[in-house]
Amino acid sequence: MFDLELTARLLGLDFVQTALLAAAVLGLVAGLLGPLIVMRRMSFAVHGTAELAFTGAAAALLLGIGVSYGALAGAVVAALLLGLLGSREHDRDSVIGVILSFGLGVGVLLLWLYPGRSVNKFGILVGQIVAVDFADLAALIVSAVVVLAVLAVIYRPLLFASVDPGVAVARGVPVNVLSLVFAVLVGIASALGVQIVGALLVVALMVTPAAAAARVTASPARATVLAVVFAEVAAVGGIVLSLAPGVPVSFFVTAIAFTIYLVCRAVAALRSRARPGGPAEPAEPVVSAPAARP
Amino acid sequence: MSTPVEIRGAALGFGDRTLWSALDLDVAPGEFLAVLGPNGSGKTSLLRVLLGLQPLTAGRARVAGEPPGGANRRVGYIPQQRSADQGLTLRGTDLVGLGLDGHRWGTGLLGLRRRRRLVASAVEAVGATSYAASPIGRLSGGELQRLRVAQALVGEPELLLCDEPLASLDLTHQRIVSELIDQRRRTAGTAVLFVTHEINPILAYVDRVLYLVNGQFRVGKPDEVMNSATLTELYGTRVEVIKVGGQFHVAGAQSALCEDEVHHHESERVS
Repeated sequence: MFDLELTARLLGLDFVQTALLAAAVLGLVAGLLGPLIVMRRMSFAVHGTAELAFTGAAAALLLGIGVSYGALAGAVVAALLLGLLGSREHDRDSVIGVILSFGLGVGVLLLWLYPGRSVNKFGILVGQIVAVDFADLAALIVSAVVVLAVLAVIYRPLLFASVDPGVAVARGVPVNVLSLVFAVLVGIASALGVQIVGALLVVALMVTPAAAAARVTASPARATVLAVVFAEVAAVGGIVLSLAPGVPVSFFVTAIAFTIYLVCRAVAALRSRARPGGPAEPAEPVVSAPAARP
Repeated sequence: MSTPVEIRGAALGFGDRTLWSALDLDVAPGEFLAVLGPNGSGKTSLLRVLLGLQPLTAGRARVAGEPPGGANRRVGYIPQQRSADQGLTLRGTDLVGLGLDGHRWGTGLLGLRRRRRLVASAVEAVGATSYAASPIGRLSGGELQRLRVAQALVGEPELLLCDEPLASLDLTHQRIVSELIDQRRRTAGTAVLFVTHEINPILAYVDRVLYLVNGQFRVGKPDEVMNSATLTELYGTRVEVIKVGGQFHVAGAQSALCEDEVHHHESERVS
């Protein structure tokens, strides 16, 4: 199944190299955003954002505009909607479910209206990495640079707001604004992911590597480095493995990410067994209620 | 150094309900002020005003000489103890580090060495070195709260705002945490505004008390406020205050005094 010679020959092709570069860019962005997504418990929001990127892409397909612009518009609108409607923790979950399902419904309608080839339709759901052309790649790199630049500026206050919002507010960190900015960054990254692994599997690159890293380290910096490495291995490795057998890229990307996650869980379990005194002692019972707001 | 807290003719209300009004209050450098009162009397709201998160209905407030919210980097804040997420990717040292420069833009990759040194000494000052590298989700409430003190102090604040920092701590940690706060204001002249529903654990350190009840308030030394006559007047119903063994016990008007939200662990833990 994994014909090395065939793989090597395919690796020499231009469009394969473009695909690899695109995957590497996505892996970097996803790996850097991932730990913050996990800390902020935004996995479901990422999924919702990606589904709306799909809706945007479907609309673009129907209107004959570039699919990537449609995905970007859909994801950013979704991110802003989720950020504005779901700013309260307790209704965030349901707001995402509501918006996600309606967005998917609209997307299905748009695809049904689209008279073109069905492979294009399938592509925006499960990815069509080999269809990424040079113009797409340029757009991908520009978006990635924008995401990384913004992230570099807001990184510290964003981390503060993500892990310790109460004290961050007290120290003058604009927690709500940062939430919205981060949601837009996630939206842009999801739109990139939609083209490569498809709307259904964006979570595999944005969340799984970071969730795996969080199992083996408690240092935010180390978790970020690990998440980038894991995401790169999954994205680039997934494409390379898929070349010879001709199996969809998405399967290999998600399979690699999932394997890494299982390994990290196993490592964490072994470590906590090795620690004297057994696994982590249970936390003290929480008797304090959240600070009352008048 | 400017006056840490300066409040003039301040009033705060929500809708047609006034929490307090005509409040004048100065807190001097190095002073330890306890803010007491039943739930809903506006203790936490006072902190929110000083942090610039809640506008006053009337009057004005100055924090370190600036309007509230303008000097937050010179203010330290210790919240009520709350257990962290078990799986949160954050160690004790990271938590303390965020207190130092978490409000600054940029990645902070420059100056890492200085940061590490400052964080290490802040952690050492609260005696948390042995567990500061652990994930915070695995720390006990008392350990976490010691790190919270380090987090609030590492930025060298002129004013320390504490919102029920002893709640749900055992007696040993109540003592450790209040001693650390007291030590700071003595050595560095940091003013302390300490919101609590229970004065006894900090009585030894308190200079003055602000007692808020039903829109009324009294400011004064603990003995001037914590007596039957004053509290009876404040609550508008008979309240008996007895001082036994250096501790205040407040009896009567139980319904008005009952704290249903926050309770200290009364059991001493063997450690």
